Formats: sequence, structure tokens, C-alpha cells
Amino acid sequence: MTTELMTQLGYVLAAGLFIFGLKMLGSPATARRGNMISSIGMLVAIVSALLDQGIVDFTYIAVGMVVGGAIGAIAARAVAMTAMPEMVALFNGFGGAASLLVGWAALSPDSGTFTLVTIVLSILIGGMTLTGSLVAYGKLSETIGSGAITFSGQQIVNSLVVLGIVGGAVMFCMNPTDPNWLYMVIGLALVFGIMAVIPIGGADMPVVISLLNSYSGLAACAAGFAINNNALIVAGSLVGASGIILTQIMCKAMNRSLSNVLFSGFASVSTEETVVEGEIKPISVEDAYYVLEAATNVAIIPGYGMAVAQAQHVVKELTELLENNGCEVNFGIHPVAGRMPGHMNVLLAEADVPYDQLLEMDEINPRMEMVDVAIVIGANDVVNPAAREVESSPIYGMPVINVADARTVFVLKRSMASGFAGIENPLFYKDNTRMLFGDAKESIGGLIREFS
Amino acid sequence: MSGAEYLLFILMLSIFLGFELINKVPATLHTPLMSGANAISGITVVGAVALAGTGNENVAMWLGVGAVTLASINVVGGYMVTDRMLGFFKKKED
Repeated sequence: MTTELMTQLGYVLAAGLFIFGLKMLGSPATARRGNMISSIGMLVAIVSALLDQGIVDFTYIAVGMVVGGAIGAIAARAVAMTAMPEMVALFNGFGGAASLLVGWAALSPDSGTFTLVTIVLSILIGGMTLTGSLVAYGKLSETIGSGAITFSGQQIVNSLVVLGIVGGAVMFCMNPTDPNWLYMVIGLALVFGIMAVIPIGGADMPVVISLLNSYSGLAACAAGFAINNNALIVAGSLVGASGIILTQIMCKAMNRSLSNVLFSGFASVSTEETVVEGEIKPISVEDAYYVLEAATNVAIIPGYGMAVAQAQHVVKELTELLENNGCEVNFGIHPVAGRMPGHMNVLLAEADVPYDQLLEMDEINPRMEMVDVAIVIGANDVVNPAAREVESSPIYGMPVINVADARTVFVLKRSMASGFAGIENPLFYKDNTRMLFGDAKESIGGLIREFS
Repeated sequence: MSGAEYLLFILMLSIFLGFELINKVPATLHTPLMSGANAISGITVVGAVALAGTGNENVAMWLGVGAVTLASINVVGGYMVTDRMLGFFKKKED
């Protein structure tokens, strides 16, 4: 058997393992083994690639792998679960950059037109994924402001960048020997990534990192065409499909189209005034305890505020006390709660909340009428009844968790400031709503002390 | 069948397969799905090693070395952090 054939068969095996691994991600019970199988697939793919007879010097390959592997291992161990969105954003960027470099390095004087087009595509997608992800990282980690950055003439500048990219790409494919066109495409792709992400506000970040996740896969796919490699095409398109599906889910959960997220900041519509009737009714920790003590069915609706207050562990403790008191406790998790898809679930799982207690929005809403107390912790827009009731509201039509259907609602909140999207929340004024003001961690700590 | 058509054929099939597979992943696992996808997109390392190992110290080789390094961060970091996260997910014992 020739080594070329062995390499190709290795890729086939690797692709099979990736697919099987993803299939096992379909249930939390098998997911960890699925990830293991996928990683074995990667090992098979890498070993197969190293059989390539064109490789004469392994020194720099080893250096790159050891350095990269060490950085990855340290980051994976050190990262806090609250910071997962930033880490995924950064990794998307690395994936894009790697594809950019592979596409660039694949350029040779005898490349045909098809190869040149795929080289341009991998450079383009890879480049914009790199800088777009770095901006997303900056916004998520709040090293740069998380708000939307807009300026007059932005559309014109963007159009010029796109025209420049198209023009540069065409000129490059016609004159592949002139490196200036190549540099122009690389430069503009990097600029385009920045321009694409700066106008998107912090609340829309779950959409953006899903989309960049997809791009990092598509970039790998394009690089696979550039170097004629099946493994890259299969794996890249799996990642591309995954990112696109997550992007769709996020958009649907916000009732917005992808183009609306990408091209208009939330800020432009949120100026409308909603007139809210009723009054705010605060409650003390002691009174809240008496209500909870009598409850038999409690639903907890967490938002990113829970993560900011690092309250997930005390929430778990309160859950246990309630259960020991004969109460059923469930969590209702909105698809866009947190800063990335599934973020709340990971934070609660880390705090030892079993996954069968984590219900999706469509599961918890029909049960809400049976709930005695719904506790909203650090969530705002995802429980805003204006989405159902106020047609002029910018979030009108967005699916929300209907906490107001519960007998009593407790809202844990630091102050009366409005949510990430800057929209007034009529929930706070409902007859059955009680506001428990203060730091979420301290308020829940107070409840725990009352119980014991 | 050879060359570009063959590659496009594979692309088409894997996109459909990808949609089918990922649609079955429950919302509770979406974060590990994304970090796992990060790891898989590190597949670029497979293409990069051939470019980094040519032995001629030219621009293309250094670009390849850079790609090997970046993709290795994704592969190792992505799989490790996904494993760490999935380790948190436990069923209720009773």
C-alpha cells in the first residue's frame, strides 16, 4: 500500500470519527465520549498528514505543534466558565488566521484559476474571521466598549472596502505573479472583519460569535479546496453548518433577521418611550423567604447578571434547600440568555445543577401557570412581557419566558436600570411581581440563611 | 471523476450531513458544541504540516509554521476545554 493511499484512508477514518463524535453530542449522557472520539479522529488525521512524503523536515512542525499545543492546553485549563464566550471568539480568530496562512502558502506559480479562486476565498474568509473575532473578543471581554460603534458614512466606507476586495480579488486571479494584489486583498479582508463587527452591539454578540464560528469552518473548507484536501473540506463544512444553525437559532430567539442584526444597531430603535402603568413593589429577604417556604413549585430564570454576580453556586445551594423542603425546582433557560448559545447551561452545570433540571423556553412556558414562584436572577429582556404586549416595543414579537403567568414573580436586581438592550420592562410593575433589590449573590445568601 | 467536481461533491454531502447532525444537538450543549467546533476547525493543521515541512526556508514554509501553531492551539485547547465542560454535565441522582 502506498503512503499516499494510507494518508487518504486515514482521512476517511478521521472524517468518520468526527461525524460519529458529533452524533454523540446529541445527548448530554454520551457527549463527553463523543468529544473523545472526535479528538481521536483529529489524531488520526494529523498522523496521516505526517506520512506525506513531501515532508522532509519535521523540526518546525514539531516546534509549531508544541508551542501551539501548550498555549491551547494552558488556556483550556485556566479559562473561567464565565469567560467561555471570549475564548471561543479568540479560537474562531485563530482558526481563521490558520486558514488564511494555509491559503497564502498554497500559492504557487503554476496554480490554476480554480485554485486561485479558492486561495482568495480562504484568505478573504480567514482574514475577516481573524479581525472580526478579535473585535468580538475585545467587546466580550470589555477591553473595548461593548456598545455599537457607528459613524456617518459607515455604509460608504464599507461599500468601498467590498468593492476593493472584489476588484483586488479579480486582479489577483488574473495576475497571480504580482504580489501587490494579494497584499491588497489580505489587507482589505482584515479591515472588513473589523468594519463588520464594530457596529454590532453587545446584546447581539451571541449571534456574532455563532456566525464567526461558522466562518472559521468555511475558511478551513476553502483552504481545503486550495490545497486539494478532503479532510479540510469535510471537517470545515461540518463546523460551517454548526455555526450557521446556531446563528439561525439565536436570530429566531431574538425575532430578528440576520441582516437586521448585522446592519443595524439596537440603539437606533430603542428611543421609543413605553408608558408603563403600576408601581414597583419591593420585598425584603425575610418576606421572600416566607413565600418560598410555602411554595411547592419554583422556577428559576437566570440571565447573564447571575454570571456577573457569580451567584450560580449560591443558587444551587438555594435549590437544594427548596427541594429538601418538598418543593420542585426547575430552571428556565432562554436561548439568548448569557453571551453565547448554551452559556447559562454550562455555568449551572459547573455549579452541579443536574442537566435534567435545565429546561428550554418551550418546555418551561406551558408549565408556568403551575409555578408558585418564578425567580428572575439577572435576566431582563428575555422575560420582558413587552415582547408580547407592547406593539411599539423594539423587542415586540421576540419569544420570551412568560414569568408573569406564575403566581408570584421575584425579580433579583441591583437597581432599576434597564437591561442590555436599554428597554423598559413592564414586568417590574405587574401586580404579582416583587422586586428583591441588591446584589444577587447577597440576596440569595440571605434567603439561604433564613432557611437554615 | 476527479479534481474540483469531486471536491464539490464531497462539500455538498458534508454540508447536508452537518445540518442533520447539528440539528439534533440539544440547546443545553450548545456551548460545548461551539468549542468542539473550534477544535474541529483546527483541522487546518493537517494542511499546514505539508507546507511547514518542505525544508526550504522560504516564505511559504514560515506561513505553514504559523498555521501549524495557530491550528494546534485550536485543536488542543478546543478539545480540552470541551472535555472540561462536558465533565460538568451530570444527571440528577435519585
